[in-house]
This record gives sequence, C-alpha cells and structure tokens, in this order.
Amino acid sequence: MKKLILMLSLLVPLAVLANEDAALQHAPINPNNQASLQRGAKVFVNYCLNCHSAAYMRYNRLADIGLTEAQIKANLLFAAEKVGEPMTVAMNKKDAKDWFGVPPPDLSVEARARGADWLYTYLRGFYRDDTRPTGWNNTVFDKVGMPHILWQLQGQQILKVEEKLDAHGEKAEMHTLVLDKPGLLSPAEYDGVVADLVNYLVFMGEPAKNQRLHLGLIVLLFLGLFYVIAFYLKKEFWKDVH
Amino acid sequence: MEKYLTGLLGWIDERFPLTANWKAHLSEYYAPKNFNFWYYFGSLAMLVLVLQIVTGIFLTMHYKPDAELAFASVEYIMRDVSWGWLIRYMHSTGSSMFFVVVYLHMLRGMLYGSYRNPRELLWLFGVGIFLCLMGEAFFGYLLPWGQMSYWGAQVIINLFTSIPFIGPDISLWVRGDYTVSDATLNRFFAFHVAALPLVLLGLVAAHIIALHEVGSNNPDGVEIKKLKDPKTHIPLDGIPFHPYYTVKDIVGVAVFLIVFSAILFFAPEMGGYFLEANNFIPADSLKTPPHIAPVWYFTPYYSILRAVPPILNSQFPGVAAMGLSVMVFALLPWLDRSPVKSIRYRGNQYKVWLALFVISFLVLGYLGTEPTNVWGQFSGSWAEHLDIKERATWAARLFTLVYFLFFVLMPWYSKIDKTKPVPERVTG
Repeated sequence: MKKLILMLSLLVPLAVLANEDAALQHAPINPNNQASLQRGAKVFVNYCLNCHSAAYMRYNRLADIGLTEAQIKANLLFAAEKVGEPMTVAMNKKDAKDWFGVPPPDLSVEARARGADWLYTYLRGFYRDDTRPTGWNNTVFDKVGMPHILWQLQGQQILKVEEKLDAHGEKAEMHTLVLDKPGLLSPAEYDGVVADLVNYLVFMGEPAKNQRLHLGLIVLLFLGLFYVIAFYLKKEFWKDVH
Repeated sequence: MEKYLTGLLGWIDERFPLTANWKAHLSEYYAPKNFNFWYYFGSLAMLVLVLQIVTGIFLTMHYKPDAELAFASVEYIMRDVSWGWLIRYMHSTGSSMFFVVVYLHMLRGMLYGSYRNPRELLWLFGVGIFLCLMGEAFFGYLLPWGQMSYWGAQVIINLFTSIPFIGPDISLWVRGDYTVSDATLNRFFAFHVAALPLVLLGLVAAHIIALHEVGSNNPDGVEIKKLKDPKTHIPLDGIPFHPYYTVKDIVGVAVFLIVFSAILFFAPEMGGYFLEANNFIPADSLKTPPHIAPVWYFTPYYSILRAVPPILNSQFPGVAAMGLSVMVFALLPWLDRSPVKSIRYRGNQYKVWLALFVISFLVLGYLGTEPTNVWGQFSGSWAEHLDIKERATWAARLFTLVYFLFFVLMPWYSKIDKTKPVPERVTG
C-alpha cells in the first residue's frame, strides 16, 4: 500500500507544475450558479454571437442551465430558426478577415483553450490605444484584433505606465489600468457581468461537465465497494497459499 | 444440464483445444507465488489495451478523418453523441494511463532482471509492443486536429528530414504532402485504427505465448521450474494462475480503476498534461504556437533530442540519440552481466545506476514539457564561453549522458558489482 501511494505521488507534480500565469486575475465563477450562467448566456448571445460563432453548441443545450425551450426561443434565438440549431453567425470568414485582420474564432471551446482566468482578465483588460485600427488594445492580448465590444458597459480605460522600484529594488515598468470615462455600469457591476459571461463560456466549453462530476461520484462509490469485495475474495482464495 | 454442458465442451474439445488452452494458460499455468506490487502492471496493460480498442471502435463510429471536419467531429462526440464525452475521455485518459502502466511494467523488468536468460525474446516482443504503442500514440494524437496535434506531427515528421541524403524524401513520403494536411490525417487514421492495432495485438499474443513458454520471473529472480514436485511435476513455488492471480489481479484492477476514474471524471485534462489547452484550438497551418511540446509520455525522448547539439549544422545527432534512447532497451539482455537477476541480490553499484537512470528519465521528462529557458541562464564571465547558456539545456545534457551511461557502462558495473547469495527458493 505504501508503495502504491508512492507511485501515485509521482503523478502529483504533473498537476502542481501546471501553474497559471501569475499576471492573470482569478475569475470569480461558480458553475453551480444557474442564475449567473443564464445571465452569461444572455450577454453571450447579445454581444458575442454577432461575430463569434459557437458552432458546436446547440441552443437547446441551454436546457442544461435551467432554461426551457420556450424561454430560449423567446429570449435568445436571434440568429437561428429552430432551437436545435447550433450557434452560428452570418458573418462570413472572408469579410471577417478584411474587417478585423483575423476571423473571430469560434468560441465553443475557447474557455478550454484559454482558461477562465485568462478570459476574465482579457474582458476586463481593454484600454484606449489610438495607434490601433480599432482604437483598442488589451493588456493580456497585445495588438488584439477585436474592438472592446462591452465598452458602453465598462467605459473607457487607459493604460498608465510608471517606472517604479520592484521588490528586488530594480527599476521596472508598472502597468495600471485607469478608468478614464465611466460606462453605464460601475466597475463592480461590470466585473459581475464579465464573471457571468466567463462562467457561461466555461459551461459552453464542456456542457457535460456537471454530468461528468455527478457520474464520477457514483462510479467511485461503486469501485470502492468493488474493491472491498475483490479484496476479501482474494484473501479467501489466498488462505491456502500463505 | 451439467451433462449437456460437459457434452458441449467435449464436442468442442474434439474439434478445438479449448480445455487444453484454458489449462495451459490459466488453470495449470504455474506462476511464482511471491509476486508483489510491481506484478500488477502486466495485466493492467492488457486491461487498458482492451479499453482503448473498445472505446476506439465507438469513437470511430462518429469521428471524421477529414481536415475540414475532424475537429468538429470530436466536439460532436463530446456534446451530441450519447455518452460520447465519456467514451472520448476514457480513450484520452486511457492513452496516458497506458504509458503510466507500461513504464512501470518496464521498470519492473529492470528491477528484477526479467529480461535475462531465458526471457530475452519475451523482452524483445515487449520492446516491440512499446515501439508500437509509441506509434499508436503519435498517430492518434493527430486525429483531434488541434494546434498541438498539428504542430506536434509537423515537428516529429520534420525530424526525418535531418537523416542524411534520404531524409527529405522520407518526410514527404510519410506526410503525403509538403505540409501536414488532409492526406496526412487520413493515413494517420488508417495507421491508428487498423495497421498498428493489428501489429500490437499480434505482438501482445507473442509476448504472452513467450511468457507462458519460459514461465514468469519473480521478485527474487529464482527459476521456480528448477525445483518441481517429483510426483506432479508442478514447481514447488508455483501456484496456478487461475484462480490465485486472477483474483489478485482483480484487486489491482479495482485500485487502478479508482485512480483511472478519479482522473477521468474529475481531472480529464490532468492540468494540461493529458489533454493540452492548445489542442482546443483547431489546427492552423499558418499559426505556429510559441511553445510546442509533445504529450508527457514522449517528453524524456524529446528532451534528449533537444539536448544533443547539432553537428556540422545537422540536427541528425539529436534525432539519432532520441531514436537510440528508445531502442537501447532492446539491448538490456546482453548488456547485463550480473550473476544474479533481482535487485534484491545485487550490490550497490547497480542500485545507484538504476536510481540515477530513473531520476534522469523523470528530470528529462519534466524538462521536455517546458521551454528550454525554464531554469534561466548561467551568468558570470565563465558563462560567456558557453555555446548555449540556458541552465535547463545543460541539465538535459547531463541527464542525457547519465541516461546513456546507465546502458553503456552496464556490462562493467553489473559484472564487478558485489552480489548477495540467491536463495534456492522464493522468499515471502
């Protein structure tokens, strides 16, 4: 048994070593908060789903976050006819490339590629930059092609660059975002909207996740029981060997 | 009823050696009674093989080997196919766990000298299985058609380019195109689901037939066939595989499945080591990811590849070293000159070398997952003379050297090592 634990502990560094970039802010999301997921879906459909598709996600999968088909049809179905259709957009890739430099990526699994913290930091990290064609730049995605689509909600931030002494007493550039012109929402309210959106994006990345966790507990419980039976079966048989 | 069953069995036995095979391989195959923890991994490897084949068949029913459709079809499996997510995660977790189990199985062989006379051929079949498994993993990893799939394949196929004279043609031949493309995806699919599984199954059958011919080694490295009961001709230290080891292996299966399920259901990405974040971005031939790393089970060899400096502007030495680092296992039966098999009766020299080898393997494995600047650079005036200043590169070179010295020096240190007397019969 000791050896088994030793062997399993060899796997631990794998998990520990996967550290996230320290500069990212922690996304305060809760996958069990259905109200937040539903608000996030609303933001997604209203703001993101004009340029970004989520082509692997069907509208009726939103039932998983507690919405009925009637609710989906009434409130969220702008770009499709039937509730079983995937979340596609009308913008074609060639136009998109001309307008933004790169076609906006499909967002179905964006949360799995980027991670929740990156998305949260990214969506809060837009600032005015007149050298960019869109007039916007981003702290975690330099020279980003996407304009700040939520700017009316957040307002306009600017990037302040100061030279300061860091912990080692060396000069370092400190970048801070300052809200230059406030938007419709207070910073705290805006952070809440972004958190809801990120929560939704994470859900959409793997809609089966809750089912996975739930089934996992049952499977482990079964295997635990199976282990006990297997253990005593082996003990019974091996009586004649020892 | 019983008479009917016996009758049926008799009917079959007259036409097919069912009972004879059952006896030869299970109920009258005598295995040493002192198997320990390390002896679970053979049967576990079989379990994972079956798991991979069964889940693979179901994935094949929904997967589309087409550069335009592959990525989407994987997401279709994850979302729209009933229990598709479970089947896919079983397959992806299974591939990593296959290597965990096989690496431990190989280390068992090295701990107890299982490759020694008369088990050389058994070991060679095993090395064949290992190579085949690496091929399976490599071909299979392209199929989800994510960025890591694409660029990983691009990098590995380009390695062949460095082979003098024929390299570029070989790469082109393997790829079927000038870049990794739909043609590459289709042939990799064929290799992954048909060609290599057939070879793998054949090798596994040969591995087991060879094992049952020579008999299992054990933690004492004692040949149990030397001491048999004069009347029954059954080895004194042997017990029938069935039921004793079948019930024991079921306990191992239970523990393994608990670990397996814990990963599958609660951390299927395993922190980005089993499923990489970059692979959730569809393959893009115009966008090279900043950091391309193979999946964890290939990283020790990838480290060796990166560690060896180019000679005359050719990367071939690194590629050759990487190939050698995998193939060298096949030579073990002839490199080891110790009079004893098991580490229990070997002296300190072998123990220290094996420990150094395992440490090298793990450190190289870690370094292979990271960019070469992970440990920063050497500073100071002496560092100016270094060709490459990165600490991690030098560490990888040192451990690559240790990795190979373990094999190269083995004929000497294993021979002069002080050994303890081996008992007549197995202990414990």
